[in-house]
Amino acid sequence: MAGPAAAAEDAAFDAAAVIEIAEGLRGLEGPLLPILHAVNDRLGHVDARAVPLIADILNLSRAEVHGVVGFYHDFRRAPAGRHRVQVCRAEACQAMGGEALVQQLERRFGIPCGQTTADRQVTLEAVYCLGNCALSPAAMVDGALVGRADGERIAAAIAGRAP
Amino acid sequence: MSVATLEDAGTPARAGAATVTLEIDGQPVSVPAGTSVMRAAALAGVKVPKLCATDSLEPFGSCRLCLVEIDGRRGTPASCTTPAEPGMRVTTQSDRLARLRRGVMELYISDHPLDCLTCAANGDCELQDMAGAVGLREVRYGYDGANHLEAAKDESNPYFTFDASKCIVCSRCVRACEEVQGTFALTIGERGFASHVSAGMDEAFLDSECVSCGACVQACPTATLTEKSVIEMGQPARSVVTTCAYCGVGCSFEAELQGSRVVRMTPHKDGRANHGHSCVKGRFAWGYATHADRVTRPMIRAAITDPWREVSWEEAIGHAASEFRRIQAKYGRGAVGGITSSRCTNEETFLVQKLIRAAFGNNNVDTCARVCHSPTGYGLKTAFGTSAGTQDFDSVMEADVVFVIGANPTDGHPVFASRLKRRLREGAKLIVADPRRIDLVHTPHVAAEHHLQLRPGTNVALINALAHVVATEGLMDEAFIAERCDPADFAVWLDFIRRPENAPEATEAMTGVPAAEVRAAARLYATGGRAAIYYGLGVTEHSQGSTMVMGMANLAMATGNLGRPGVGINPLRGQNNVQGACDMGSFPHELSGYRHISEEAPRALFEAAWGVRLDAEPGLRIPNMLDAALDGSFLGLYVQGEDIAQSDPNTRHVTAALAAMECVVVQDLFLNETAAYAHVFLPGASFLEKDGTFTNAERRISRVRRAIPPLAGKADWEVTVELAAALGYPMAYRHPSEIMDEIARLTPTFAGVSYERLDRLGSIQWPCNDAAPEGTPIMHVGGFARGRGQFVVTEFVPTDERTGPRFPLLLTTGRILSQYNVGAQTRRTANSVWHGEDVLEIHPHDAEHRGIRDGDRVALASRSGETALTARISERMQPGVVYTTFHHPESGANVVTTDYSDWATNCPEYKVTAVEVRATNRWSQWQEENERFREVAHRVGAGLEAAE
Repeated sequence: MAGPAAAAEDAAFDAAAVIEIAEGLRGLEGPLLPILHAVNDRLGHVDARAVPLIADILNLSRAEVHGVVGFYHDFRRAPAGRHRVQVCRAEACQAMGGEALVQQLERRFGIPCGQTTADRQVTLEAVYCLGNCALSPAAMVDGALVGRADGERIAAAIAGRAP
Repeated sequence: MSVATLEDAGTPARAGAATVTLEIDGQPVSVPAGTSVMRAAALAGVKVPKLCATDSLEPFGSCRLCLVEIDGRRGTPASCTTPAEPGMRVTTQSDRLARLRRGVMELYISDHPLDCLTCAANGDCELQDMAGAVGLREVRYGYDGANHLEAAKDESNPYFTFDASKCIVCSRCVRACEEVQGTFALTIGERGFASHVSAGMDEAFLDSECVSCGACVQACPTATLTEKSVIEMGQPARSVVTTCAYCGVGCSFEAELQGSRVVRMTPHKDGRANHGHSCVKGRFAWGYATHADRVTRPMIRAAITDPWREVSWEEAIGHAASEFRRIQAKYGRGAVGGITSSRCTNEETFLVQKLIRAAFGNNNVDTCARVCHSPTGYGLKTAFGTSAGTQDFDSVMEADVVFVIGANPTDGHPVFASRLKRRLREGAKLIVADPRRIDLVHTPHVAAEHHLQLRPGTNVALINALAHVVATEGLMDEAFIAERCDPADFAVWLDFIRRPENAPEATEAMTGVPAAEVRAAARLYATGGRAAIYYGLGVTEHSQGSTMVMGMANLAMATGNLGRPGVGINPLRGQNNVQGACDMGSFPHELSGYRHISEEAPRALFEAAWGVRLDAEPGLRIPNMLDAALDGSFLGLYVQGEDIAQSDPNTRHVTAALAAMECVVVQDLFLNETAAYAHVFLPGASFLEKDGTFTNAERRISRVRRAIPPLAGKADWEVTVELAAALGYPMAYRHPSEIMDEIARLTPTFAGVSYERLDRLGSIQWPCNDAAPEGTPIMHVGGFARGRGQFVVTEFVPTDERTGPRFPLLLTTGRILSQYNVGAQTRRTANSVWHGEDVLEIHPHDAEHRGIRDGDRVALASRSGETALTARISERMQPGVVYTTFHHPESGANVVTTDYSDWATNCPEYKVTAVEVRATNRWSQWQEENERFREVAHRVGAGLEAAE
């Protein structure tokens, strides 16, 4: 049942960083989301082993923290590849060929949407609207928007070239 | 709930008068402000279809089945989340609503197994009921789409299963775990179509934070969370409302039965101690009642080394009576006595002490309260005039500051703890005084403002320091003291408490609690609003137990925290009927209602009623009986439902005394440790097998009702009646209600109690008499029972039990959630999956210093004795203090405890024993010898087994 969390079990886990982040932000009103964002940003994902630590510091149950992590897809539960490619699959992008783009990228990287290539270079993910519908199909590579996305422009973004 | 006696109104009741009048389907109804439309409809007799709503939980509005139409409003609001408003006109049935509801049900059923006929919930399924109610006839979407029908089933909990394929994700279980139990072990994982109930982090229930209280099972509207007993046996056909026989919370339950087989126990919504909640023991751990170890035939033997011989009731009772008479003839009238049980009913307890006083002709009667709450009786009677807690449990919902001293409610009194945690989540502040970091100190949504982590044995120094702060910082309630308390005693106390040796800065060296923390806690208690003290055996089981009880009373009186809701001094009683056993005259010096045996008037009353002369001198306490046995002057003992060989301190002293007696009669469900030293065994009846009453920690008298016939043919009270008759003292009772009538006639605080009134009111808190015909939820309103409250000087006299080079650590003992007392019941249930053995908790520093790793076997030695246990390294402990439980006879925790006891009541000092711990690879000599002895002493003769 543990799914992606289990995959991360063997990986190194920086408990001290999680504790430092959680202790640093615990005083905020509604501190859980800011803490999860900070952990996700700094460590690349919210490891299952981070959940009990955060729960203890915030006086929550681990079930509660687990429920919040799972609710927001933006919180990764396993490390991403070196590059994170997010392709919009919402209505406007679907109308402009977004689904075909997803299929093309799945073939190109050899993985289904939601997974990471074996060489851990690329993680391919679906998102539902990047707010860039005017330039559908829209994508995001390593946090930077790619409008009028196609395979080449995305490959260029991964390679660090301006698309 | 096929056999439940109460309808579900959908959303919780709101307090207040019915001031909002509205119309439901043309029918007017008046409800308190804040009541939901759904509940208003239920009160008008109109059932609105629902799935996610139940009246034990706040409304949630997720299932969209309870939609209604309201005149003048657009759309179809959910009736569960819409508050009733004056003049509202609500329609619960229309073509539009029917279409909407059917559409919702279609979606649910498109992803639900259609195996109703073979489903465990068949006959008790709200989903099935709602499909019927909305007239579901087809599912247009078919059943082949994406679904959860193959979702895995979690059977890890021994008592219930979680079948995710049947889950409709209504969140009732998640909300029950949060709102009712307060554990927050469940959540909804993921979202959208992937939404699912997750225990912990998608763990098995058994591995999660779940404490198996059963609130989720109770709340589940489908077969998703179902008792394994129901899966195995099917739906119950009838139910009997009765009272749990575990802790002093005294939860009301419905025993749900098929014929005379219990199918399940469910908490009773109308129970005023538990309000529909339960814990793992009461809800699930009842299987001991029909365990194969139950002894159902009387047995006798000449010597404890002989095998037991099964005999008829007549022979066993006749033999016991003739032995007692023989011993009295030879050694004197005072050479025999008896022990009543806090596990048995008031009526049974009353009869045992009556038998001893009237038929034995002496006052050698005592009860297991001797070893738990006797200082409560002494201390509270001295201070206030009544040997009982001051509040009802509901009072905690009005407390602003809760001070928990020497109690671990989440383990010992879990249903009360759930209410306490609810109040703390609402904003009340918590102070904990305990040598261990108990769960309440830091648990989801609850954190103590102050954890006063004192050294065991220094309670009185701590309470004096707290009172010192109150008395020297101007925090006293002068008006309350002037109006309600004895001025002379107060003046003496004030002089005492203001002395510098009681200042927190002075006591810090003894208690280990920083002075600033004590000052802050005292200020919070005195100024934080209504402050309530809840305490347990961590207060009483000390050589200054009675002093500490009076110390707490001083603090409460000084701050005016008595005589109204939300305040008070509240003992959390260990056993189901400790309060009752004490009330019933089980102590050698007291008749029922706490009247001293030397007082002429009450004694004359009993002498007239019983037709005998009563001895005006108090008889022997349990420790006196044991000492006298070793002296050769006490040789016969009748023990009803108590296992002193396991529960009482300094086991080797207890067993030597038992072995020295000529006739020990044990009346119990099982061949317990004491039975190994017995000559007559009289089979007992469990709480399911008899009628009677229990009195819980809030003085609440509740009915125990026979659900199944006694396995051995007789209820315990019947056996006592026959024993009395065999002793030549006939007692003519046809039913326990007649015993209660006698108690009421002879006991002013019980004068108004009768089975008829109990049946009518549900339960009654004593005093119940002409002045308070429906009982007394809160005591000392307007004035103390003794007149003026008495301040008592509570000088701290440290125990003689000291650490030193040989025994450098302090051992303190307690209990855990899943096991209960000597474990006679819970060890014979699946509860042992949570606690299969007693372990020794030890701080990492102490462990490291001794080369002990987690899981190592360690020897635990004191000057009394030595045993061996498994070590658990735990930061709950403070350095220098170790902790264990006494639930398993093999672990022999009480081999180690000493015979030091409370100066006033002889309550043993279980909480402070100087010990040493060392790694070992073997069991102790006591354990090996005891194991061999038990094998011999528990043998039942072969001849009669063959005769079965």
